[in-house]
Amino acid sequence: MPGQAIRLDPAIASQAAFRAVMDAMSHPGEVRTFATTVRAPAPLNPAAAAVACALMDFETPVWLDGPLAAAPEFVTWLRFETGAPVVAAADAATFAVIADPLAMPSFSAFALGSHDYPDRSVTLLVQVERFGEGEPMRLSGPGLARPRGFSATPLPADFIARLHVNRALFPRGVDIILASDDAVAALPRSVRVKRESD
Amino acid sequence: MSLPAYNFAYLDEQTKRMIRRAVLKAIAIPGYQVPFASREMPMPYGWGTGGVQVTAAVIGPDDVLKVIDQGADDTTNAVSIRKFFAKTAGVKTTTATREATIIQTRHRIPETPLHVGQVLVYQVPIPEPLRFLEPRETETRRMHALTEYGLMHVKLYEDIARHGHIATTYAYPVKVDGRYVMDPSPTPKFDNPKMDQCPALQLFGAGREKRIYAIPPYTSVVSLDFEDFPFERYRHPGTCALCGATDTFLDEIVTDDAGGRMFVCSDTDYCETRRAAHSPPPLAGEGQGGGSAAGAAQEASPSLPLPSKRGREEQDLKAAEHD
Ligand SMILES: [Zn+2]
Repeated sequence: MPGQAIRLDPAIASQAAFRAVMDAMSHPGEVRTFATTVRAPAPLNPAAAAVACALMDFETPVWLDGPLAAAPEFVTWLRFETGAPVVAAADAATFAVIADPLAMPSFSAFALGSHDYPDRSVTLLVQVERFGEGEPMRLSGPGLARPRGFSATPLPADFIARLHVNRALFPRGVDIILASDDAVAALPRSVRVKRESD
Repeated sequence: MSLPAYNFAYLDEQTKRMIRRAVLKAIAIPGYQVPFASREMPMPYGWGTGGVQVTAAVIGPDDVLKVIDQGADDTTNAVSIRKFFAKTAGVKTTTATREATIIQTRHRIPETPLHVGQVLVYQVPIPEPLRFLEPRETETRRMHALTEYGLMHVKLYEDIARHGHIATTYAYPVKVDGRYVMDPSPTPKFDNPKMDQCPALQLFGAGREKRIYAIPPYTSVVSLDFEDFPFERYRHPGTCALCGATDTFLDEIVTDDAGGRMFVCSDTDYCETRRAAHSPPPLAGEGQGGGSAAGAAQEASPSLPLPSKRGREEQDLKAAEHD
């Protein structure tokens, strides 16, 4: 296959993608750029594809949003590269991949974990166009020495309100990885979010 | 071209992904113990297989690894783990706290303040702080879910009733980000304040008990206490016989067969760095005063490696029994 030869050692590539996500999760709202040679068929961007390859496998049922589920080449790629079962029931998914954030379902459609096992909850992998644009938020909480600004686009108009509800559920809730073409940022459930203007 | 006999950092990719997912959930829920499917490692449990698995899942080719065992870089245990990752991941290793990107530790937090971007990986024997109060896993899980931490306070208060102060000196329980009560692993309570608002990411791996938990950087970590009996940091009052430090955690070591003893920094890198900084440059020191206590200690140091090493090997044996 053309391109195969220049591919990085998959173990090293996965580690790099994971480490970017781990750093992002440890410092909510901090944008981590990372290089990847992973390419998925449309509509998933390269960073989201690299995160998918680094974290998903046969043990992690994956839910796909409308545009992804309707892209047979992408679904074939995901199954082949990760071995992850694609599920129709959102609340059965360990990961949910969202290519069209404006149409994303409510967080409550997904597994939020239980009080005894809050870790049994979904991680949302949300594809965005870019960071540093969109409604400005103010983040604080674990991982942040002081409050920091954050924005990404596109996101639903009521995204901040959804994050408030998510925080109120703590320790239950969803964790979010946002991915642009070449960078990731994260909003773990522990983050406190305010509208920048509040 | 021949393939290596093992994968990068030893663990297979599927195991690493499973541990990585647990690590991410642990960071998102600070102080909560995430169950994971612990694997057999080519070393016994007492050697920190939980910490080794976490390090193996996190480490990359550009990392610089430091491994400490009760503060020392030179114990059999620390040396073996360092060699293990140098061989399986090809990483650079160091004893300098400042240079390390990942520090795997058993029972100490370095004296040198940690910085952003560093990862401190703790080897944990018993992750459940409520275990000695309640042996049933279903019950402790419920207690965490309901933040029912009264029993823990009762236990600390019994300490006060019996001893006049909180007698717990190791594995002193903390509350993370105002929510989960967490066992900091058997570190001395002297180290507890270093966990609070620490710029480094702190990851905890318990191999035998199959749990991973985390403290993200810049997170509130409060040692449990009472208004009348506030948490007190404890160190053996004294001075390091090697570097003269008066503010470090000290180990008592046996210096000879006649039962001679002395106190030295448990953090060997910190102690050596201090000695290097304070010792006179070669040849220039001759005939310059001298006679200070620190000078005398330095003169004594060349004869120390043997007894100090034996002291540490005894600690290794003790550790192997307990973990
Ligand atoms: Zn010293």
